[in-house]
Amino acid sequence: MRARRLRASLRGWGGVGAMAVVCALAVLFALLLPAARSHGGDTGGTGGPGVTRGSQTRAEECTDPEEQTLAPSAADGPTIDAIKSRTGEKRKLVVGVDQNSYRWGYRDPNSGGTAELEGFDIDLVHRIAEDILGDPDAVQFKAIPTNQRIPAIQDGRVDMVVRTMTINCDRMKDVAFSAPYFRTGQQLLAPRSSPITGYDGSLAGKKICTAAGSTAYSTLEQDRADGDLVASADLSTTVPNQLDCLVRLQLGEVDAVVTDGALAASQAAQDPTVQLKGDPFTTEYYGVAMKKDADDLVRRVNRILVEFRADTTGGWQRSYDVWLSETLGRDTAKYEPPDPRYLRKS
Amino acid sequence: MNQPPRTSAPPPPLGTPTLPAVPPQPGPPDPAGPAPAAAPGPPRRTAFAEGVDRLRAAAVTEPGRLRLIGALLALLIVAFGAVTAWQSTERADAADDVLHRSQPLSSGAADIYRSLADANTAASSGFLAGGQESESSRDRYEKDIRTAAAGLVTAATNSDPRSASAATIAELNRLLPEYKGLIERARTYNRQGFPVGGAYLRYANEKMQKEMLPAAEDLYTTENRRLGDDYADATPYPWAAVALGVLALAALGWAQLRTYRRTNRVLNHGLVAATAATVVVLLWLVVGHTVARAHLDDSRDHGVRSLNVLHDARIASLKARGNENLTLVARGAETRTVNGTALDAYDYDYQRNMKALAAKLADAGRLADDDTGRKPVAAAAGDMTEWQKRHRAARAADENGAYQQALRKVIGDEGATVECFDGVDARLAEALEHERREFARAAGDGLDAMTGLPVGAGVLAVLGAAGAVLGIGRRLSEYR
Repeated sequence: MRARRLRASLRGWGGVGAMAVVCALAVLFALLLPAARSHGGDTGGTGGPGVTRGSQTRAEECTDPEEQTLAPSAADGPTIDAIKSRTGEKRKLVVGVDQNSYRWGYRDPNSGGTAELEGFDIDLVHRIAEDILGDPDAVQFKAIPTNQRIPAIQDGRVDMVVRTMTINCDRMKDVAFSAPYFRTGQQLLAPRSSPITGYDGSLAGKKICTAAGSTAYSTLEQDRADGDLVASADLSTTVPNQLDCLVRLQLGEVDAVVTDGALAASQAAQDPTVQLKGDPFTTEYYGVAMKKDADDLVRRVNRILVEFRADTTGGWQRSYDVWLSETLGRDTAKYEPPDPRYLRKS
Repeated sequence: MNQPPRTSAPPPPLGTPTLPAVPPQPGPPDPAGPAPAAAPGPPRRTAFAEGVDRLRAAAVTEPGRLRLIGALLALLIVAFGAVTAWQSTERADAADDVLHRSQPLSSGAADIYRSLADANTAASSGFLAGGQESESSRDRYEKDIRTAAAGLVTAATNSDPRSASAATIAELNRLLPEYKGLIERARTYNRQGFPVGGAYLRYANEKMQKEMLPAAEDLYTTENRRLGDDYADATPYPWAAVALGVLALAALGWAQLRTYRRTNRVLNHGLVAATAATVVVLLWLVVGHTVARAHLDDSRDHGVRSLNVLHDARIASLKARGNENLTLVARGAETRTVNGTALDAYDYDYQRNMKALAAKLADAGRLADDDTGRKPVAAAAGDMTEWQKRHRAARAADENGAYQQALRKVIGDEGATVECFDGVDARLAEALEHERREFARAAGDGLDAMTGLPVGAGVLAVLGAAGAVLGIGRRLSEYR
């Protein structure tokens, strides 16, 4: 900088050069300041008017996003009426799911050629369809990549998304969530032989794969910016689906994968040479996502979830035993959602 | 010309000192009378200047002039023969390349593209069918891979090292085993019932669509360009040879006219023979080339253009089929917004490829010039219509959430779109085979029309030149 200023003054443009430098510094400050203030915002710091309003709303509404949902109700409303008024072949609930999450929503290639989707999420979908339309099979499944979940809901391509989707504040700006139905947290997956020990300094210079548009990616990016993750970690590999990360890992194109613990366990179950490294480093909850204004549907799904949890013979526990106990263990304590709270009023 | 005794030719005046008939080049060191004084003279001169002097001196006397004329005539005729041989060899070689090298290579490149796309489609169909791909889809996949590998070897042996094609072929040779490895992993995981098999298949598909098929298309384009170049080398008229031939004929005519004027003899056998040989070569050249050119143009207009259109049609149908499968594999995962409505990306591509197929089939029908060529194209068009109809039914089922039903309508045993696709593919293969034969016949005829021309032109030119020299020599001997 000094050299440039020197050169500028040598040319007889010293004043102009100095002004340019001052301008550049001012712009730099202006850019850095909001970032610093918004960080402070969470702890109640004050800043410029535009900046604080954003963090204050967040502070008001979004301390525990999983509690920001509507109280359960069985009443029909405009959204449910619209679904029920579909006729003939079209009388189906349109649900966005995943077909690549082992034990959550996937096709067993050996299921005998029927290629039905199955898994924990799919069980829940069938239950919702049965409750709303009276037929558990009245479902049209749409496979959706991770980063298309919110656009698919907003565009009305699907009625809801049941796809290991984490409830968080950012997403709540665009869609409405049900109460949580599963607890999980981001976890690291790497080859057994890898020197990576967990979500720590051993990731220095390593390539980490995440799904585009996933909470894993946004968490890692934020952590790296905050200094909680080593700056040399390479996050440039993003794929449409978390399972594609396992492919990249096996081919040696990346060194580690970060995804929800439940899905990471699914990946480890498909390849005995990789394992979960370290403990989950976040706590997250899966919820059913719906259109932001579909209040009746949200309330209905919340009621269905209450029944799903309570039903010990055909509900949550049974689905867990069938699909997840093998990969996550018999003990469900770590994965059960908290007792729901319905703090959203409208 | 400015010689005073204009018609003093026939009785040789013995006074003129002349040596026997030897070309008036710089050879004989004793041309005219006053020259000897210059030889031992004081200033040393270059051989060239001396030769020019001697030539000038020779041109003053009639025998000298005759020698000059004879030499020029022989030179012209030999040059005509040589240029004819050279130009027709060049064209015959290019025509031979069209027939035996560039066209087969262009077809070979199209085959590589087709095999790769077909292998990918077979693999994705296998996935749709469930973990255990059927024997037919496995066979199809393996056969496609073999065809592609063999095609790459042929293309490699015929490409110049360090050329763009060689680099593309090397790239494809590297990618093919990589692709096959991914498919093998997908199969293994499918057999174990793990969805990561599907992820490998997607990855393999991406590699195929984004790297291999574009490379194969490049190769096809390059080989087609080479075919075009070979045609461009084979078909132009050999103007240089024709011009030299006309010149040689004019010179012969003039020489005979001159002889006639000076001797009142109508025919000089040697010169007449030379003229006849030149006329034959010239006619042969013009007629042979015109015929060859007509056949080659025919092979291009009806063979190569039909082949290209049919190849394009086949590739479009393959792409459409691949996209139809992927529509069901992806299950609405990818969308594309067109005029404000979100459409399934793969179905959108399917529709586009079907449109291309319809257009190419129409072109092929127009280009086909006989019933044997038209029939398979018409049959393919019929299959395509049925395919579209069944596809709409399958899409309707899928849109209504009847996924199993849609799957049956696409890869099922009876009444599925796969039957129509196979029909289109088989009909197009039939049409391609027919057009390939047509091409080989026309191009072969073109090549045949030029057979013997280089050698014939050479031999006749030598004979013609000999005739001219003998004819002039005979005139010359009268001066002894």
